[in-house]
Order: sequence, then C-alpha cells, then structure tokens
Amino acid sequence: MLQSLPRNSNSKDPGAQSAPVRLSTTAQWSKDNLYVAIFLGPSLLILSVFVFWPMIKTLYLSLFLTDNLGHASVFVGLNNYMSLFNNPAYLSSLGATLMYVIAVSVLTIILGMLLAVAAQQRLRGIRFFRTIFSSTMGISVSVAAIFWLFAFNPSVGVFAQISQALHLPEINWLADPHFALLAVIMTTVWMNLGFTFLILFGALQQLPASLFEAAEIAGVGKTTQFFKISLPLISPTLFFVLIVTLIDAFKSFGLIDLMTVGGPNNATNLLVYRVYQDAFLNGNYGLASTESVVLTAIIAVITLIQFKLLGKRVNY
Amino acid sequence: MEMSQPATTGTNVANAKKVGQYVLLLFLTFLVLGPFLLGLWTSLMPTADISKGALWSSHISLDNYVAAITTTPILRYLLNSLVISTLTMLFQVLLCSMSAYAFVFLKFKYRKQLFMLFLMTMMLPFEAEVIPNFSTVRSLGLLNHYAAMVIPFLTAAFGTFMLRQAFMQMPVELKEAADVEGLSHWQFYWHLALPYTKVSLMTLAAYSFLSSWNQYLWPMLTTFSDSFRPVQDGLRQLQGQESFNNWGMIQASAAIVVIPTLIILFVGQHYFKAGLNEGAVK
Repeated sequence: MLQSLPRNSNSKDPGAQSAPVRLSTTAQWSKDNLYVAIFLGPSLLILSVFVFWPMIKTLYLSLFLTDNLGHASVFVGLNNYMSLFNNPAYLSSLGATLMYVIAVSVLTIILGMLLAVAAQQRLRGIRFFRTIFSSTMGISVSVAAIFWLFAFNPSVGVFAQISQALHLPEINWLADPHFALLAVIMTTVWMNLGFTFLILFGALQQLPASLFEAAEIAGVGKTTQFFKISLPLISPTLFFVLIVTLIDAFKSFGLIDLMTVGGPNNATNLLVYRVYQDAFLNGNYGLASTESVVLTAIIAVITLIQFKLLGKRVNY
Repeated sequence: MEMSQPATTGTNVANAKKVGQYVLLLFLTFLVLGPFLLGLWTSLMPTADISKGALWSSHISLDNYVAAITTTPILRYLLNSLVISTLTMLFQVLLCSMSAYAFVFLKFKYRKQLFMLFLMTMMLPFEAEVIPNFSTVRSLGLLNHYAAMVIPFLTAAFGTFMLRQAFMQMPVELKEAADVEGLSHWQFYWHLALPYTKVSLMTLAAYSFLSSWNQYLWPMLTTFSDSFRPVQDGLRQLQGQESFNNWGMIQASAAIVVIPTLIILFVGQHYFKAGLNEGAVK
C-alpha cells in the first residue's frame, strides 16, 4: 500500500561501508551467514509459502482445467485466457471494474483535496475539523456497509426520504442496475476520504509559507495560487495517492459482498468478486486462476509505472 | 482574534469571510460524519420506530446495545479480532524489522536480488492468491483457527521496505561506534536500531493492526464458526441472519465495532501522521 521513500536519497548505506574488513575471515563469513539466516529466514519462508508459491501455482492452474477439489486435470494451454476474453460476462465485469476504479479515484482525490484545502484555514477549532476529516480512516468495510445500506434502504433510508420529500422519482439504489455501482462508488469514496485527506493535508502543510506570502504581495488570487503553486508542488503526493487508490479499488471485494453480492444483473460484479464466485461458489478453479492472473497483471503494471516514475527517488 | 480594532468595513469583510469558512467546514463535517451520525443515532432508537422511517423517537435508550451484547456473539467476534490483529501486529513489527535490518546492516550474496524479490511481492495482490493459499492452509489443517488468519501475514514486504528506509536514515557513525565497541548484530539491532526507529515501528504497528482488523475476504474463506470468526465477518453474519431486519440492533453492533478503532486512531494519530508524512512522497 504505502510506499515509503527516503527523505534523502544520498543517505549512505552503512552495511556496505562496514563490510570489507569484517568479511576477511571464513569464520566471520559463516557467522554473518548465521545472522542472515536468523534475520531474513522467517520472512523469506513466509513470503515463499504465501506469496511466491501461490503466484506460481496460480499461473500453473490458469493453464489447466481443474477438478472440483482444485487439482489440475487437463492441460489446455492458453484456452482459459481465450475463453475469458471472449466471454461477454467477463468483459462487462472488466468494464464495470474500470468505471468503478476511475470514478473512485477521481472523486476521492477531488473531495480529499477539498477537505485538505478547507483544513488549511487558520481558524479557531480547526484541529477539531482536521480530526473529523481523517475519521473515516478508522471505519472498516463492514461498518461502512451497514451505515450506507441503511442510507440506501428503499423504505427507511435517508436518500429515499429526501426524494420522497422533494417529490423526486424514487430510486431503489442497490436493486437498480443503473445505480448499484454508483452506490458502491459513493461508499468507497467515503471510506477513502480519511486517508486521502491526511496525506494531502500533510503535503500542503509542508509547502513553504514564504511562497504564498510572495504571491499575495504580487497580487495573485487564491485560486491561481492553488492551481499554479500548490497543485504542481504536491503533484508527487497526488500521484502517490492516485496509485494507492487505484490499486485498492482494483482489489475491492468487501463492499460488493456486503452491499450488492455482485448484482443486480452482475452490474457490480467486479474482478475480485468474480474470482471468488468462480472459485469458491462455482468450483471452477482453473478459470478463477486465470482471472487472478489478469488481476495481478493489472496491478503489477500500475505498480511498475509507479516504481518507474519514482525510481530516481528510491535507491535499491 | 482582533476584536479590539474599530469595526471598519475591512474587519466586517474579514468576519464575513470567517463565517463563510466555518459554514464550509461545517458542511464538509456533515458530509463526512453524516452516515456515521445517522447510524449512531438510529442505534439509540427502537427498531419499530426506525422501520416507520422516523428520525425521532420518544424511546431513546441503549436497549439495542444491551440486546446486541446479550443475544449476539458480537463480543466474541471483537475478542477474536483483537487476538488476530494483536498477534499479526507484533509479528509483523518483529519480522519486518529483522529482515529490514538484514538488508541494511548485513552483507551477503544476492542481497540486492533478494531485496528486489521482496519489492516484487508488493505487486502481487493477496486477493489474487487466495485459491492456492486456501489449499495450503487447508492441507496444514489450519482452517477455522486463529492461525489461518495470522500465519500468512506474519511478515510483509511493505513493512520491510518501510523499515529499511528508516534504518538507512540512521547515522553511519552509530554503526561504526557500535562496531568499535564490539556490539553484536543482535545487540545493535535490539538496543540501538529499534529504539532509534521508534516512530516508524509505531506507524507500522498501527498500520498492520488496522489492516488485519479490516481483513474481510480471507477470514470469510477460512472461518466457519463464531469461536474464531473476526468482527468484520461477524457483522456480515449478523446481517445475514433472518432476524436481522432489526436495524436498531445492527446499528448498535456497528457502533460497538467502530468505537474502539476510532479511539485507537485518535490516540495514535500523532504517530500515524508523523509516520505517514515520512512515508509518503513529498
């Protein structure tokens, strides 16, 4: 999720410095290897069993038809991939996921920015507002789902009551294929706000005040200041938030399961939910593995773009 | 506030602007807190009134909370989550700091390649690996047990990466002095490296606790009984039951779950903010 980057890319690597002398004897060498085994071994073991091996296994299974226990039975090569991309249901899942991911990212960043800018004001009690704005960070997926399921409820929900009072056409949010995805998008954005606000607010706070004083003296308006000074300066942070939000949105599962169960009419059947359905409800592990590989590929590409663009600032 | 100044048009404009700013802040507060406050408020109302769509009731009480605690396993769910998240947090801080230490202070063959391998795992979403992981956990006989929800998350590439950055920012002189003093790696790690990176460790602790607490898909696949089910999946269980058109009690259960996390968040915010600002790109 969070990728931390060094503050100072010149920071020296102490390990590299102290090494040459200490590796001179074989006794020292084997003692160091013991340390490596103790310090690195447990993590390496866990990652191998629960990250690397599953990835290889998933790739492998994606080339097979599987029996109902999930064992590979018939080798089919790339057939699973071919049938996946010729399957209109999967393509519509992919489409819905893209819509969801883009809408969530754009709305999260715009609203998070609005909160961050509003919280910059020097006013009495501003700390209280800052705490409130970051609060959705502490709200977990099932709690958020309960709050919003209630709000979207067609008979007692606040949205239904508002449209009733205003004599607007009533929308059955979660049962209407045109609105269910929007309902999940709204809930996701709301959940994302706390974290996004905190990061963007921190970035804005760190901009030098002298810059804005100078702009003020030069008679530059607040709006221009925001678009010409603040926004370009915090663009690396914006990019970071965008990547985190994108990746998180591609992995969405909980809200779908809790709010719409993929429906109505598969309108909210996003990628991870489909993997779950195909594997654990339909027992089609080969196909579900293929879908997992596609998901991994998407996320790997986004992460690679991030590493690439920030690469100069990370030292390996 | 500059109240003592004469009320010129200038201060009037300033005051009007201030009022405008407060109105905006209150509006945003309402947007952010709206769903939460609505839930909290209805948790105090009898379900009979909620079902009528009422927003006010003459019977405001904590009855729904009492009902949730006495008639549902909500406290057991909370306990399960507390056990799982605490274990995950402790092990992640320990194992991530140890592997990060190795990558910074130990010299060994293929160090760079191994670190790249660690970085690579950040690209692989756990959600896409649940099928083989489910078989692994099943064949280890860990299904429906705390271990199934803790063992796969004992360490994390992200945590290793973050703490590696923190260790790299320690002054080189510190390690040199420790070498002169003849401190072993274990001593240096325990007595100097860990205390020096306290803020990062706290950030990782808060982060890993919350991530574990918020897990949903994996526990859903690996637990079948209330004795091990964590709270996120527990809430789903409560909602799924027929009796649960009982909005008052659902909202009360949600409130019972959310209040501890909010407290942790507000108390830990100081650390969290410092850590995040250090972690995020500037």
